[in-house]
Amino acid sequence: MEKTKKHSRHSFRSNTLPAVVMTGPMTLLLVLLVAVPLIYVGVMSFCSIDEYYNVVFRFTTANYARLASTDYLKIYGQSLLIAFVTTIICILVGYPFSWLIARTKSKYKKILYMLVIVPFWTNSLIRVYGWRTFLGTNGWLNTALQFLHLTDGPLDFLYNRGTTILGMVYCLLPFMILPLYTSIEKLDQGLLESSADLGAKRAATFFEVVLPLTSGGIFSGSIMIFIPCLGYFFISDILGGGNSDVIGNLIERQFQSGNNWPLGAALSIVLIVITLILVKLYQRMGGSMESLGV
Amino acid sequence: MSSIVQLEGVNKHFGKNHVVKDLNLSVEEGEFLTLLGSSGCGKTTTLRMIAGFEEPTSGSILVEGQAVEEKEPFERNVNTVFQSYALFPHKTIYDNIAYGLKMKKVPKTEIAQRVKEIMALVQLTGFEERYPSQLSGGQKQRVAIARALINRPRVLLLDEPLGALDLKLRKQMQLELKRLQRKLNITFIYVTHDQEEALTMSDRIAVMHDGILDQLGTPEEIYEQPQTKFVATFIGETNIFEGNIKELAMGRIAVRIENGVIRGCGYGFSRNEYITVSVRPEKMRFSPVPVKGFQLEAQVKDYVYVGSVVKCIAVLQNGMEIKMDRLAGEELPEPGSIIHPWWDEKDAVLLHNPENQVLKMIDSMPLI
Repeated sequence: MEKTKKHSRHSFRSNTLPAVVMTGPMTLLLVLLVAVPLIYVGVMSFCSIDEYYNVVFRFTTANYARLASTDYLKIYGQSLLIAFVTTIICILVGYPFSWLIARTKSKYKKILYMLVIVPFWTNSLIRVYGWRTFLGTNGWLNTALQFLHLTDGPLDFLYNRGTTILGMVYCLLPFMILPLYTSIEKLDQGLLESSADLGAKRAATFFEVVLPLTSGGIFSGSIMIFIPCLGYFFISDILGGGNSDVIGNLIERQFQSGNNWPLGAALSIVLIVITLILVKLYQRMGGSMESLGV
Repeated sequence: MSSIVQLEGVNKHFGKNHVVKDLNLSVEEGEFLTLLGSSGCGKTTTLRMIAGFEEPTSGSILVEGQAVEEKEPFERNVNTVFQSYALFPHKTIYDNIAYGLKMKKVPKTEIAQRVKEIMALVQLTGFEERYPSQLSGGQKQRVAIARALINRPRVLLLDEPLGALDLKLRKQMQLELKRLQRKLNITFIYVTHDQEEALTMSDRIAVMHDGILDQLGTPEEIYEQPQTKFVATFIGETNIFEGNIKELAMGRIAVRIENGVIRGCGYGFSRNEYITVSVRPEKMRFSPVPVKGFQLEAQVKDYVYVGSVVKCIAVLQNGMEIKMDRLAGEELPEPGSIIHPWWDEKDAVLLHNPENQVLKMIDSMPLI
């Protein structure tokens, strides 16, 4: 009697279900949506195309060999440069703002926080187009400048590396502010007071105490900005006009106008490898994957 | 001795809250002064104003004769030991302790020498390379003290530094702090809500209540001659009786209370004045028969054994409980028996009772 009772109670507990029932659906989902496409891209990167641009399963490493040419290397370099500058600007702009929203005692704290979050809810493509309208030769900025007689004719703001970086900063800044906000909020006010008490001026307190203790936020923010920067082709398309390509542009072009899927696949693999190296570096420096929201 | 810290008419408001009210306090050089009071009495705010973390709304604060209320914390020759220790989690114990000297750009060799000395003084030698998270509460406490003391401040401010430690460690650290203070001859301003701690360690105690400095004096004065009802009840245990003065002659006073008559000594009182009488449990005596001059009857309710003494709890006719200490081993009447409490006239502390006096006047006014 006792035994059957125990048994019946047990049978309601989820841990008696076969493991495959519990983890199966999730595994299936991951296999179908992540593993299979990734393997597909990997395999394709070693394929070739025939004279009609059809993918043929003939093994070749020529795609990768082509990627090592100086033209491509130049774009990788430019892409890394854009990502680097974007990240630096995001740190410089994001830090004071995060400090403000984390430390303010004002009742507007929530509103400031919402200012960061709300743009997230609008499609970034639309917001980037908004910038083009704003900066264009007939855009608001030029109209305003001419109206105020600050300039004689319209200025060319668009289609250079600077506007691409502007767009990247604009789209990715929240990814710097949010982790920074968390790490600044966690910072104990008592530490700042004891630093001042021990004779440290404000700048010294910042570099000795504040910066080291919030570097985790800077790290995770940087990685979350640097990596997307390499792939955000639509920003450099819309605002850079082909003058400031990133790796994402190369991939997009091979799949679209270039119609060379194997080459695009090889480029994708290169991007994945660069990303993995960066994440590995991040972990090596003591960054936690949890603070990336992974 | 001259005064090293002086507060003159200091007020502090937080919005509508008047936290510190017209505080005048002079701290002597080399003394151990304790700001004692319950939470929210303004003692920590007072300390933070001396340290420079809060600015007084009005009044002035002088350290070594110089007004400092406009100065930043890093410009004042005082250091603070925080309640939460506030050690830098990303720095080693060595770097934590060396922080103040590094900020003052003291040469590295001298820093090393002084850190070594101070770590020996607080018995932390060998912990140089550890991080705060690897230390126990008591060890963190020592680091916090060393980190402040290494700067050789004229005044050390301590904000409930032993609050987070267990009882045994706290007792040990109390003695150690006192020893350090004597040895280094630094002025300590110590904030605590623990009256026993205050009595053990202080040269003088400033009892604060509701933003007001109630009484300033040596531990003996505070304990034996409290000047307000709050001080009498806050420091140690006591029995409080209230009533009107029935007779007074040559400083000997008889007071009529609700259930009888009690006696005490004091000057400056007037006939019929409504006063408070405070008698410490250890001063209370009782006898099986009425004692001359006293009219007080109580029933023994319970005994509580606390080691060296037995606490006797008895109930007066009006239901008020009184506490009396008896030495352990003494013969005691059975619970339930009737006793007659009394005390030496000199052992009672008589206090004017301004608030009650006003209430009494209102009560006695004829209704119009």
